[in-house]
Amino acid sequence: MISSHTEPLTFSTIAPNAGLKAALSMKRSDLIAEITNSQLKGRGGAGFPTGVKWNLAAAAQADRKFVVCNADEGEPGTFKDRVILTEHADLVFEGMTIGGYAIGAKEGIVYLRAEYTYLRKHLEQVLADRRAKGLLGKNVCGHDGFDFDIHIHMGAGAYICGEETALIESLEGHRGEPRNRPPFPVDTGFLGRPTIVNNVETFAWVTAILVKGSQWFKSHGTARSTGFKIFSVSGDCDKPGIYEFPMGITVSTLLEAVGGLGAKAVQIGGASGHCVPAAEFERTIAYEDVATGGSIMVFGPDRDMLRVAHNFLEFFVEESCGQCTPCRDGNPKILECIEMLDHGVCSSKYLQEICELGETMQVSSKCGLGQSSPNAFLSIVKHFRNELMGRGL
Amino acid sequence: MLVTEQERLRDDIASWAQDIGSDRSALIPILQEIQGKYGHISDFAMQIVADKLGIHPVEVYSVVSFYSFLEFKPAGRFVIRLCRTIACDMLGKDKVATQLENDLGIEFGETTPDGKFTLEWANCMGMCDQGPALLVNDRVFTRVTPDKVTQILEACRKAFGIYALGSIGEGHL
Repeated sequence: MISSHTEPLTFSTIAPNAGLKAALSMKRSDLIAEITNSQLKGRGGAGFPTGVKWNLAAAAQADRKFVVCNADEGEPGTFKDRVILTEHADLVFEGMTIGGYAIGAKEGIVYLRAEYTYLRKHLEQVLADRRAKGLLGKNVCGHDGFDFDIHIHMGAGAYICGEETALIESLEGHRGEPRNRPPFPVDTGFLGRPTIVNNVETFAWVTAILVKGSQWFKSHGTARSTGFKIFSVSGDCDKPGIYEFPMGITVSTLLEAVGGLGAKAVQIGGASGHCVPAAEFERTIAYEDVATGGSIMVFGPDRDMLRVAHNFLEFFVEESCGQCTPCRDGNPKILECIEMLDHGVCSSKYLQEICELGETMQVSSKCGLGQSSPNAFLSIVKHFRNELMGRGL
Repeated sequence: MLVTEQERLRDDIASWAQDIGSDRSALIPILQEIQGKYGHISDFAMQIVADKLGIHPVEVYSVVSFYSFLEFKPAGRFVIRLCRTIACDMLGKDKVATQLENDLGIEFGETTPDGKFTLEWANCMGMCDQGPALLVNDRVFTRVTPDKVTQILEACRKAFGIYALGSIGEGHL
């Protein structure tokens, strides 16, 4: 079993069910105000303020509402949700229950990716234990009139289902194709009812915030990116694994902690994130600078950045849902250009055209996948142009 | 397909629909049950599911074609999915892939003639710090090396079921 390299994790210091009990003793509006005050932003990567999302769902009128935990962790280089679900599943379920109380939902769903099927047995056991202790089911924790239960829904192998509207489509038994927004899930989500979709880590932080207070959370990180974040570190470093750092840490500080000094570049935010070269290692990891859902991949001095870009684009060509043209047709064009670069038959002019195509995809794709899939390629071209061009056969 | 086999499939689908439900959101869970028990989702199965849920079979087809863990073609008893994403790539997934192909005598996307093994690529399976990683059905194996491939395959050949695999290269969560 893997533990974090930064001990102790905040999550392991949180007393069981203290957060839930604190939440149930509060008025719903005060509870949401506490989350809003912490300025917690979505830990899956998109960074939408959790308090705002919950407030909208709480205000919506409907016969049923849903709390969905997004455990479709598919971003290359991210594995923190696997570790959180393995070691701190209770905190996540507690956070979901708090969410249910806050927005007035009775039903919680964990959307677990198919690749994590081996975690299901453990999670079902944790849920059964919580039911036995009265922490799920009728009158949760003895709180009259608050019923809440959680079930697990397995994914079937599609990266795009990490996008919240695609996830909802998949829950409803359709192809995982993102929806047009508005309407937003907080208003028209699963089965057309108000639904909050939050990342595994976000729910765990909600529990932590209710125990330690929003002021504590806000006192860490930066003004616009409060609190701590769990990072999944992989690639060319001495100590790959899970780390907890405050938001706003510089890339170089992080590299020092993971034993990755001397790296030539770091991919932050996974395949859909940005490639940061050594010259920019003083940049900060935060929503206002380089954002990430937790994925940090370190590339050592000998790595071929074109091979990296090739791997990422192969991934996007495969995982594009095919619904909108910029993403469906754009990603194969970028991949083709990478292969031309590899064979040394790409002119500067064509490379420029493909970069412009990438920028078009960023603004014209329907969802986050197509909007972010060119990021890695564009940043690698920007920073490693000389390495990519003029290759022989 | 034999009539008895059709009957069995029909009964199974009816009982899953009973347990899971027969509204549209039950579609993927029912398909996953079929995939788990029968190793693939046949045209006949899609027709039965469509009848049960009151939707057109094309709707069922469109869903099966979308998800990489739902298959039209019969898969082997052991489906091996090797992660090909960058972290596992940097840790040497190519050598593991070559060894898998050599030992099984098939390429990725194929099933061995005896119906035992299917070889597939997987995208990032969240084992980036312990790659190269592969899944054998639901089980994860990490830090796989070419010589470990031989051990894993041997253990599968001897095993009655996936949980009889013993401790060879067992994944660390």
